[in-house]
Amino acid sequence: MTGDGDGTDRRSPAVFLERQTYRRRRLMDAARLLPVLGALLFAVPLLWPGAEDAGAAAPLPTSRAIRYIFLVWALLILGNIWFGLLTRGWSGPGRAEDEAEVPERGLG
Amino acid sequence: MGRHVLLIEDEANISEAIRFLLTREGWNVDTHADGSDAVELIRAARPDLVILDVMLPGKSGMDILRELRESDGLRDLPVLMLTARGQSRDREMAEKAGVSRFMTKPFSNAEVLTAVRDLHAQASRP
Amino acid sequence: MATLNLMVLVCLAYVALLFIVAFAADRLAATGRSTWLRSPLIYTLSLSIYCTAWTFYGAVGYAARSGLEYVTIYLGPTLVMVGWWWGLRKLVRVGRSQRVTSVADLISSRYGKSNLLAICVTILAVIGITPYIALQLQSITLSFSIFFEDAPVGGFSDASVVFWVAAGLAVFAILFGTRNLDANERHHGVVTAIALEAVVKLIALLAVGVFVVWGLSGGVSETMARIDASPIGEWQVNGSRWATITFLAVAAFVCLPRMFQVMVVENDDERHLRTAAWAFPTYLLLISLFVVPIAVVGLEVMPEGSNPDMFVLTVPLSQGKDTLAMLSFLGGFSSATSMVIVAAMALSTMVSNHVVMPIWLSSQADRASVSGDVRHVILLARRVSIAVIMVLGYFYFRLSGGGAALASIGLISFAGIAQILPSLVGGLFWRGATRSGALAGLTLGFALWLYTLLLPGLGGGLMPDGVLSDGPFGIGWLRPQALFGIEGLDPIVHSVMWSMLLNTAAFCAASLLSFPSPLERLQGAQFVNVFDHSAGPRGWTGSVAQSEDLMIMSQRILGAREAQELFQREAALQGGRGHLPEPTPMFLERLERELSGSVGAAAAHAMIGQIVGGSSVSVEDLLAVADESAQLMEYSSQLEVKSTELARTAKQLREANEKLTQISLQKDAFLGQISHELRTPMTSIRAFSEILRDNEGLGPTDKVRYATIILDEALRLTRLLDDLLDLSVLENGQVNLNMRSGILGDVLDRAISTALAGEERPLVVKRRRAQEGVRMHTDLDRLAQVFINLIANAEKYCDSANPELTISVHDVGGRLVVDFIDNGSGIPAEVQSTVFEKFFRVNAEKAGGAGLGLAISYEIMQRLGGDIVYLQGQSGGAFRVSLPLEGDRLAAQ
Repeated sequence: MTGDGDGTDRRSPAVFLERQTYRRRRLMDAARLLPVLGALLFAVPLLWPGAEDAGAAAPLPTSRAIRYIFLVWALLILGNIWFGLLTRGWSGPGRAEDEAEVPERGLG
Repeated sequence: MGRHVLLIEDEANISEAIRFLLTREGWNVDTHADGSDAVELIRAARPDLVILDVMLPGKSGMDILRELRESDGLRDLPVLMLTARGQSRDREMAEKAGVSRFMTKPFSNAEVLTAVRDLHAQASRP
Repeated sequence: MATLNLMVLVCLAYVALLFIVAFAADRLAATGRSTWLRSPLIYTLSLSIYCTAWTFYGAVGYAARSGLEYVTIYLGPTLVMVGWWWGLRKLVRVGRSQRVTSVADLISSRYGKSNLLAICVTILAVIGITPYIALQLQSITLSFSIFFEDAPVGGFSDASVVFWVAAGLAVFAILFGTRNLDANERHHGVVTAIALEAVVKLIALLAVGVFVVWGLSGGVSETMARIDASPIGEWQVNGSRWATITFLAVAAFVCLPRMFQVMVVENDDERHLRTAAWAFPTYLLLISLFVVPIAVVGLEVMPEGSNPDMFVLTVPLSQGKDTLAMLSFLGGFSSATSMVIVAAMALSTMVSNHVVMPIWLSSQADRASVSGDVRHVILLARRVSIAVIMVLGYFYFRLSGGGAALASIGLISFAGIAQILPSLVGGLFWRGATRSGALAGLTLGFALWLYTLLLPGLGGGLMPDGVLSDGPFGIGWLRPQALFGIEGLDPIVHSVMWSMLLNTAAFCAASLLSFPSPLERLQGAQFVNVFDHSAGPRGWTGSVAQSEDLMIMSQRILGAREAQELFQREAALQGGRGHLPEPTPMFLERLERELSGSVGAAAAHAMIGQIVGGSSVSVEDLLAVADESAQLMEYSSQLEVKSTELARTAKQLREANEKLTQISLQKDAFLGQISHELRTPMTSIRAFSEILRDNEGLGPTDKVRYATIILDEALRLTRLLDDLLDLSVLENGQVNLNMRSGILGDVLDRAISTALAGEERPLVVKRRRAQEGVRMHTDLDRLAQVFINLIANAEKYCDSANPELTISVHDVGGRLVVDFIDNGSGIPAEVQSTVFEKFFRVNAEKAGGAGLGLAISYEIMQRLGGDIVYLQGQSGGAFRVSLPLEGDRLAAQ
């Protein structure tokens, strides 16, 4: 069920395809980076001075914390919508191009 | 020992030639052209010598020979076999089946006469 | 204040609505008009069973106690969904391509279909989820009691509410989760009902939130000010807990059996992930949005000491908003019920597939095919499992007393389930992961979780106080909450850190040290490289399998109709005409996958194994596994191609050899024939020549007679040589055809006069000249040769007293057909097939020719683009000559 479209897809005009393949690869890179970015942004609160810390800085008000967290959250969602829209044309689960997520196989 | 020969051969011309030769030697020659009833004929006629062609209609000479060798009283009957197929395999098969003498066509008349005389002499010896 | 009757009525009405929705969806799915049931929206909403009563009630309580920490529970799944492209997508693809039925099935399937692993995961899941189910029962009970704490009603008690709730949920789960056995394990009815509940709980929470923010606080900025002024107005989150719980949420989202059920098993279309990737985080965001405001307002308006876990309910109640409270109650009810139903379904699948079925199978000493109705056993096992799980949850609730805060029970549960993560992720991304590694990691992590979190957390004397404070047997560094002397950590952080660390370490170490079985390695390659090849594992050599046995077994598992359809489809695929397909490896593989949908991968493997009997891995597979490179499957297919090529070559060689042998035999026979045909006339010639030479006294009649014999035989020899040469030329295709136009009748005239010339008693030839005015373009001389041959044959062999030959001409299908039919007895049936062979003769006595005539005629007709056949079923000998009709057909002149 996978990879069947493989051969036919690659017989398209070469120049055009190269470009598209390249774009897709970078888009997939972006998709992979998105959760990393999210994790980093969600790790930012670890740096905030807390009420329990005896440290110098005043604790961050909860309202600001809420604003920050929900803003990042919304941005991640928007990022995913954007990615979803861009990849919508890639048809379904049967296409070879979006399957080739790791060009050099056998990382394991 | 009588001089009765039964010639089983489907080629009429060859039969006629052999009959001519042997009759002049004093043999009483009967001819037959079909293989299927040859064994019965031999059993009934009790010839002193049989000249047998290999490729016969009805039943091949090889089969006739084998049957002769398996039936009582005909085991020692001298059989001279003639074949036109000229393959060594036929000679081996014939010898295995118990042929007395095997000759390939075309033969010289002298050969046939010598063979018949030899076979007759062997059979007449007590 | 609502009355008990009203409450019960609302609950019952709501449950009835769910029943109707679920039933209608099942009906719709059965009729195939269910496109919207399979929409990404339903899929996304079904994912919301992640948000249980723990979320609905507990999040507010959590926020009231610990501020913003609650949000980590929802950030984790958000990160998973955001990273769907390389995580979930693979999980879903693997799950679909392997027909996985549960997370235990996935782990078992990945590690060589090991049932031991499946049992481990099942036990872990049951132990981990039971408190969670108890938590849901508790929240429903609590919400009931909130309504009635001011007005105690006779006959109402927590225990009886819990009992009836548990029983009702069990019935619902049994009715819709185990109604039928589907190879895909999809339950459209349940999923649709859950989607409805997702909407209800979201609307309820949003409604309460909107009421709190705009109704009680007077707007967003005012709410923000109130938040900052509240006891949770300052950032007070412990960093280690923040990170740990986010991680736990990630792990739980992937590993929780109920999440796996809706996310992977119930997934209809991989593309739904694309929508869910943003829609589900949005759902989570909306659910979390008003949690802090509700908590803050609750802390303000509710009296000191009231349970913050119930703020969602008590705040509207305290403000006299009974309808809102009722909506909120329904939201909480929805959250709890949907979670319990799906969790019970998922767990029961695991229990029945990995515990009950293997035991049942091994108790059947004889083969699976002759034992009882497996289908019935599976369904029964599932139903009983659901009931047992609900009973476990009920007793857990009764024993624990329901006192602990909702959030802490949930986190303990998460930490237990998270132990599956290393084996799961390792199995998906690392081909080197082995069964031993997974077993080691799972057991160690599970044991540590029990020891450091579950037992101390349960309290109730399950773990003696002395052990907690001084360690077992007084060994200080083994204290459950301060392993290796590391003190001062939050118990959750401590437990998760050690269990996950050692779990992962054991998993990696054991994987590196052990050597996987061939099946494991194949499955590993299948899972890790699922996007390269979604073909199934090659496991069966079907040579000894009995299709009938397989059919009988499949009928018992899949149901008679489904099994027959499957087998017929497979038989058609194989191109056979029967109802039973050949037990090819491909077919067995597919059958195994179908069966694994019902009984799990390990059980399906075992059942087919019982019937097929033979080794589970073919030589071909072993060879393929021997290849260490990543292109294992490619290599395997190459090998396959090579071996089939080899087989084909061998077959061709064998055929060529047979043909050569046959040709050699034919050649011998042919040479023997030629020798015979040459030597026979030669014998006569030689004999009579000698007679003429040696016998001087022959009469003149005899002399003439013998000389005539010699001449005849010499002519016969010449004819034979001519025929042989002719045949040789024709057979080698070197013949030059002299194509001319002519009338068929003329050719026949010539042929008849030639063939019958000089015969004393010529046979009577009957013709119909009117038919013969056909102009043709062919080699007229060669055609005449064929005709002559046929006429001469009739003349020679027709054994009738008054021999007659009828020549008739037809146009059959655009071909010119000339039939030669005599009134003799014809050719015996047993030799009709050999009439056109060389040296064929019906009767040797009458042999005038060498027996090559028909062979030559046959060759000629082939060269002329026509044909000659012996016609069966005619009164006498009958030959049909056919020719392509090219020229114009002229009317008779």
